[in-house]
Amino acid sequence: MKLKRTGKPVFFVVFVLILALAFTAFFGISDYYGDTKKVYLKGASEIRWGIDIKGGVEAVFSPDKKGVDITSDDMDAAKSIIETRLVNNNITDYEVFADNSNHQIIVRFPWAADESNFDAAAAVQELGETAMLTFCEGETQEKTILSGTDVKKATPGVDEQGNYVVYLDFNDAGSSKFAEATARLVNQTISIWMDETLLSAPTVNQAITGGTCYITGMEDDTAAKELADKINAGSLPFGLTVDDSKLQIISPTLGSDALNVMVIAGSIAFGLICLLMILRYRLNGVIASIALLGQLAGSIACISGYFASANSFTLTIPGIAGIILSIGVGVDCNVIAAERIRDEFQKGKTIDGAIDSGYKNSLSAIIDGNVTIVIVSVVLMGAFGTPDSILAKIFAPIMSLFGTQVTGAIYSFGYTLLIGTIFNLIMGIWASKTMLKSISQFKCLRNPWLYGGSKNA
Amino acid sequence: MREFNINYNKTFKPALIIYLAIFIIGAVCAGIFGVNLDINFSGGTKISYSYTGEIKDADVEKAVKENINKSFKITKSTSLAGDTQTFEIALVGKDAVSAEVQEKLTNNLQTKFKDNEISLYNSNSVSPTVAGAFFIKSLVAVLITAVLVVIYVGFRFRKIGGVSAALTALCALVFDILITFVTCVVFRLQIDSNYIAVILTILGYSLNDTIVIYDRIRENERIYRNLEIGELVNKSVNKVMIRNIVTTITTITAVVTIVVVAEFFGLTTLRTFAIPMAFGLVSGSISSIFISGPLWVIWKRYKAKKKANAR
Repeated sequence: MKLKRTGKPVFFVVFVLILALAFTAFFGISDYYGDTKKVYLKGASEIRWGIDIKGGVEAVFSPDKKGVDITSDDMDAAKSIIETRLVNNNITDYEVFADNSNHQIIVRFPWAADESNFDAAAAVQELGETAMLTFCEGETQEKTILSGTDVKKATPGVDEQGNYVVYLDFNDAGSSKFAEATARLVNQTISIWMDETLLSAPTVNQAITGGTCYITGMEDDTAAKELADKINAGSLPFGLTVDDSKLQIISPTLGSDALNVMVIAGSIAFGLICLLMILRYRLNGVIASIALLGQLAGSIACISGYFASANSFTLTIPGIAGIILSIGVGVDCNVIAAERIRDEFQKGKTIDGAIDSGYKNSLSAIIDGNVTIVIVSVVLMGAFGTPDSILAKIFAPIMSLFGTQVTGAIYSFGYTLLIGTIFNLIMGIWASKTMLKSISQFKCLRNPWLYGGSKNA
Repeated sequence: MREFNINYNKTFKPALIIYLAIFIIGAVCAGIFGVNLDINFSGGTKISYSYTGEIKDADVEKAVKENINKSFKITKSTSLAGDTQTFEIALVGKDAVSAEVQEKLTNNLQTKFKDNEISLYNSNSVSPTVAGAFFIKSLVAVLITAVLVVIYVGFRFRKIGGVSAALTALCALVFDILITFVTCVVFRLQIDSNYIAVILTILGYSLNDTIVIYDRIRENERIYRNLEIGELVNKSVNKVMIRNIVTTITTITAVVTIVVVAEFFGLTTLRTFAIPMAFGLVSGSISSIFISGPLWVIWKRYKAKKKANAR
């Protein structure tokens, strides 16, 4: 049998790439211009940790209208809308408590006192907004045509002239209201409002019966997305205000020094994993450790916002559980391959033959195990993410029967598990195999013992 | 390394009995001690006090225990303006804390911490944040996952009858999740939102473990065409035994390290997360060897017998 050899330099290329990814993902790349820090690549220190690990802000909301009858259904609705708004802002770690007797809603979300790129007070204000979208006759808010509850879905987009807009799909009630109003108000103005802010005031050219329309005048794509998110999250049954003096910075719910302790614990645990792998699998263990480092770095990079396309993500205990599971599966993937290589030596194969068939034989187990885990993570992200995410849409026909339930903790578990598993497929299968095949070409490393064979083979 | 040579069909009954015994112990403990839920699951009362100077969490904990015999959690905070320090006592339990008890607590704290100018800051009785709808949805999500896993495994393992293999894998999974629950009850650990993460982790780990075993069965089925199903499973499980032990030891070492380091630094809150996870991981690899494989053999033999009788 003729085997395809992997060149010697390949090991160094892969190794250096993994080290570079690990170094930049953990420490980031930044520069100081005087006092301002310019971050080119976000490192682990830029991760937003959850309230359990780093503490956060606690705000006590009260309805701004006194004397209005507030039912516990209203409170529940308000609570779930606040939860959706938090997840829309990528804040997946929060605690929202409703006090039905005092009509207060207590919201906790992560924020560190030294965080400058996030205005906690403004975020709290935004959470309490009613966010009621209204279409009104003329240029005042006197006669309402329809409101946000008549909108089935809002999507950010671009019109034919390249302007940023928000497309609205009305539900049946909304479509007929809109058709009736546009037929009646030809050549007159309809104004579109978000609470007391005028968004736009177009003139009606003709009756619009299709059940769709769009709002123009968005500054950029971010503004369009924010408005669409706001409309989709729904409006609160009442505006909520916060007594600024009662804005609290809370210490980590796990304990004051949680982050440091967890970094130490995690580093020792990772070191021990590598040690065990090297003790049992020798050179294969060294390669496995490098691959696991790459997998961990990849996961961290996808959480910290290292890659421009992936937003930074709030890391909490459930998120860490997702990383632990993916590392566990990564360990397993390397163990399965290394054991198979040992088996091949026992059958009397040479180094190259053993490595080659070892990886070949282990592939089906690793793929099936990992795909099963991808299924788990995708379902969790779909079931507990924001309603307008792609995954949520897939499961919407089933899940919508059970009401919108955005649960950040479970979503973040699914997210870290999914990226961890994807990096495991890259690192555990491709990178370890490539590095091992390449390194085994060195003359000084041509001892079968290093790969799990016996010394005298 | 020696080869394993265990007959798993013989160990099935003892393994099943041990599992059932553990479940019974868990049920009895749950009956005696009750299940310790945190405020997110059961609702409760949040009382906060403002203070000046320095106060240690542990001292507050001791003082609160004198007045209140419920489980509680203490969180410290400062106001955004930085001028007020507070600590919050989150008491678990639907029944509200009476004004009388609250007053006693306030008085006690004020005498214990004379120099800290303690005064009542806020008091809220809150409903559970994790309610029935959440549990129903979780259950549906788990069911969807189960169906998809059965479809995938059923397809990939169609040569050996994948649907039955997937179903026994799920059966082992139920055992593992029950083990994490028993761990919480027996060790009197509070079930908080982290427990959900533990269940999900065990779900993934246990499925992966079982699939690795079925992969070897699938492979051996090709090699040893006419082997009896029980022997085929024994041969396959014995082959992956070393891998199972190495992976389990490695992952358990990592999780136990986290517990030990956290305890060393006094971060006891990680217990509710790491201890049930450690037991679940052990169970995950034990159940895939001693429960799901043999159970599948029993099912296969039953099917074969039915087929023979029909003829």
